[in-house]
Amino acid sequence: MSDAKAVADRLVKSKRLNALLTPPKELRSALTAQASAARPTGVLYGMPVAVKDNICTLEFTTSCGSRILEGYRSPYEATAVTKLKAAGALIAGKTNCDEFAMGSSTEFSAFGRVLHPIDKTRVPGGSSGGSAALVGSGAVPAALGSETGGSVRQPASFCGVVGIKPTYGRVSRYGLVAFGSSLDQIGVFGRSVHDAARVLSVISGRDPRDATCEDRDPLRLPTVPESLQGFVIGLPREYFPPELDPAVRRACDRAVRLLRDLGAAVREVSLPHTAYAVPTYYVIAPAEASSNLARYDGVRYGPRFDGHADLRGLYRATRGQGFGAEVRRRILVGTYVLSAGFYDAYYRRAQQMRALIAQDFRNVFDRGVDLLFTPTTPSPAFKAGEKLSDPIAMYMSDIFTVTANLAGVPAISLPVGQVKGLPIGGQLIGQAFLEDEMLEAAYALERVVPATDEA
Amino acid sequence: MAAGAGGGGWETVIGLETHVQLRTKSKMFCGCSTAFGAPPNTQVCPVCLGLPGALPAPNGAAIRLAVRGALALGCTVHPKSIFARKNYFYPDLPKGYQISQHDQPLATNGTLSFLAAERGIVTATIVRLHVEEDAGKSIHDRFAKATAVDLNRSGVPLIEIVGGPDLRSPAEARAYLLTLKQLLEYIGISDCDMEKGSLRVDANVSVRREGETALSTRTEVKNINSFAFVEKALSVERDRQIALVESGGRVTQQTMLYDSRENSVRPQRSKEESHDYRYFPEPDLPPLLLTPEFVAEEQSELPELPSAKRDRFAAQYGLSREHATVLTASRGVAEYYENVVRAGAEQQAAANWVMTEALADAKDHQEHLRVPAAGLAQLIALVKGGTLSHQAAKRVFAEVAAKGGDPRTVAEALGLVQVGDSSVVAAWVTDVLGSHAPEVGRYKNGETKLMAFFLGQVMRASKGKADPKLAQRVLEEKLAS
Repeated sequence: MSDAKAVADRLVKSKRLNALLTPPKELRSALTAQASAARPTGVLYGMPVAVKDNICTLEFTTSCGSRILEGYRSPYEATAVTKLKAAGALIAGKTNCDEFAMGSSTEFSAFGRVLHPIDKTRVPGGSSGGSAALVGSGAVPAALGSETGGSVRQPASFCGVVGIKPTYGRVSRYGLVAFGSSLDQIGVFGRSVHDAARVLSVISGRDPRDATCEDRDPLRLPTVPESLQGFVIGLPREYFPPELDPAVRRACDRAVRLLRDLGAAVREVSLPHTAYAVPTYYVIAPAEASSNLARYDGVRYGPRFDGHADLRGLYRATRGQGFGAEVRRRILVGTYVLSAGFYDAYYRRAQQMRALIAQDFRNVFDRGVDLLFTPTTPSPAFKAGEKLSDPIAMYMSDIFTVTANLAGVPAISLPVGQVKGLPIGGQLIGQAFLEDEMLEAAYALERVVPATDEA
Repeated sequence: MAAGAGGGGWETVIGLETHVQLRTKSKMFCGCSTAFGAPPNTQVCPVCLGLPGALPAPNGAAIRLAVRGALALGCTVHPKSIFARKNYFYPDLPKGYQISQHDQPLATNGTLSFLAAERGIVTATIVRLHVEEDAGKSIHDRFAKATAVDLNRSGVPLIEIVGGPDLRSPAEARAYLLTLKQLLEYIGISDCDMEKGSLRVDANVSVRREGETALSTRTEVKNINSFAFVEKALSVERDRQIALVESGGRVTQQTMLYDSRENSVRPQRSKEESHDYRYFPEPDLPPLLLTPEFVAEEQSELPELPSAKRDRFAAQYGLSREHATVLTASRGVAEYYENVVRAGAEQQAAANWVMTEALADAKDHQEHLRVPAAGLAQLIALVKGGTLSHQAAKRVFAEVAAKGGDPRTVAEALGLVQVGDSSVVAAWVTDVLGSHAPEVGRYKNGETKLMAFFLGQVMRASKGKADPKLAQRVLEEKLAS
């Protein structure tokens, strides 16, 4: 099985990034076993796909980048993983991530930060930073990540790769360890739009185990269009604020010119509630997280930390020592906003705002706009440690991505340029379950954009 | 009304919250079995164990049964209801929350009518009915210094039926509960077995001076785990509250745990309660949408409910209200009675036989009606036709119940068929009179009440086989000569 060996070698060579949590020996034997079992007829036959550590696999541990699940081995695997294997793909280990996917830099992993594949002093983005860095470094052609507020698109943008967040309900969440259930979707990284899209196509489609997964056939891949004649692409003005990084603005302006050259009609639009997206997100996601993470109590699985005299002591010790600071912060916020007396002021209002944000998108799409184009992030990859002491600054790096999660619509980030060697990502946001249109535009743009040049 | 132990002048106000396990093969949100009594933690999967990444998938059969229950209670079934998470930490709650329904329940605003000893027919309101999953079971007395957790019950489908504060005594609470149980068993949605935990009840109890209309501070009584304890537990709590208020104290809102061994209540430790459950809509489940067609179909498939059946039995079979009530107590008995009548038995005789022999036998044999309806009808006909005495028929019934068989054949085999041949009966009469000469003398001197004695002797001599009417006629003839 030389294929399996080559795959493993490439992954092991990228070890310095700390992007892969699976030890080399375990990786090699698992890849060999999978390669000999894989069906040669699968559409992804032989394709190595690394999987974020918060997606359950039988072959490897699933620790979610957390001490509280260190060494945890799931007795079942995620539907998306089963579908990948059925298509002949090789599950190429588990990737490092922010603990329980909470973070935007992959500095909040219990197993150390992930280095940016181009500049080790910088972060790869997060929370799916390990998957992004591995694809960015060329160790694997594709990887699974997960999104709650931009955790695929933001690191894809930072690492110069393609990242897709499908429509909520397009891919089964069964086996994706929950963070914010109403926002979570498994997403895909690829070196190219096509690599990402074909992995997405394989993992998409109905799953009776996930009641929020739509009863639909798997996504069908579009062909690469000759032009974008007939497409109307909106530029939401709220996504191009005066303080936008000038290099990001230049790269996006160039991408817009290229979209026009391809025949698309481009017009400015407005999504007036955009400013409330980050605060809304940071009420809803922690609220759901506080409930989703209640099960990690040291009673049934995972490590049980010492120092417990009674039940409450057991909970305190295990949750106090098992969770990192950012996770504890979000559990506290989430518990607070759901508490009697505060629910209406925070959670209910956040839900109302979420509905308005979703309505913003529908309004634009109802007026003939097919897709939106925006920068993926306000700046290229930032320095490690730069935002660690300022949670709000960290949260703001998701400002252009959280809206798609709140509205449930699909979005893709693809490289549209560089500044001083650091990639810049542009984002296309589509209409619910119209990933095919979004991918058509992405294919067309990808072909013409000089992604490795400064704009 | 007077309220018992505390003396006159007090009124008790009770509302019951009843949890009922729905009769489904599999759990509420996964495919695991709901069978009772399996070894601990053998009916579990990633979903009901709350493993990371597992998601709930609703059981359509459970929803159907819940809707049926709501309709039988006359509730409005809502076209859209919302699952919600009830968050609290406990080792037997694997996800750290229970999937339930909160501010948009499946159904609201129903009623349950029952017969109360003092107030006659009482119609209690059903405030709401919602669907939820059960927690697991903590076992504190199995291992020293450790609590064991069995998650077989985790995820078992339940409905919670919240009754209004409409009950006025512990006896009414019991009557309400028995009526509810009867109804739910009738429509086949639950076993309602308190001992197996498939019906559990919590009671909200308060007391007020007679004539007052405002509700006073209530307590919640929990841990009432048998029908036998409902009245006792609530009486104890009512008496405690009355005594407390009469001695100048105030009732505080708290949870009281009933101890059946000591027949007492104690406050639950404050540590165990005062939860802020932080309810919020369950993001893993879309709203539960029910079409009007679905609800109408369930409505049309509801069987005849107990009260309607009772009224019909009284009217159709000419039975007293009491008899109709007994015969419709369970759907099985009602069906049995109707089958006996359908097989040709006279209606009142059938009622008498079912209410006495059949029910007594069933009580000793796991509620199993062992004599087939057609057999009982035949037996009743044999008595009516004079072939069997009532006493002999009871023996035949017992024999058929135990060993099966056709009543006539069994009666013949046992030699119980009445002898109606007057020459045979005359021979027995002659024997009896011949051996009781003194009594014959007294009879002839006017002591006619000795007829019963002679008849008894003839029955004895015939080993019960003589047709009593014929025997009496022969006796009268011979004594007159």
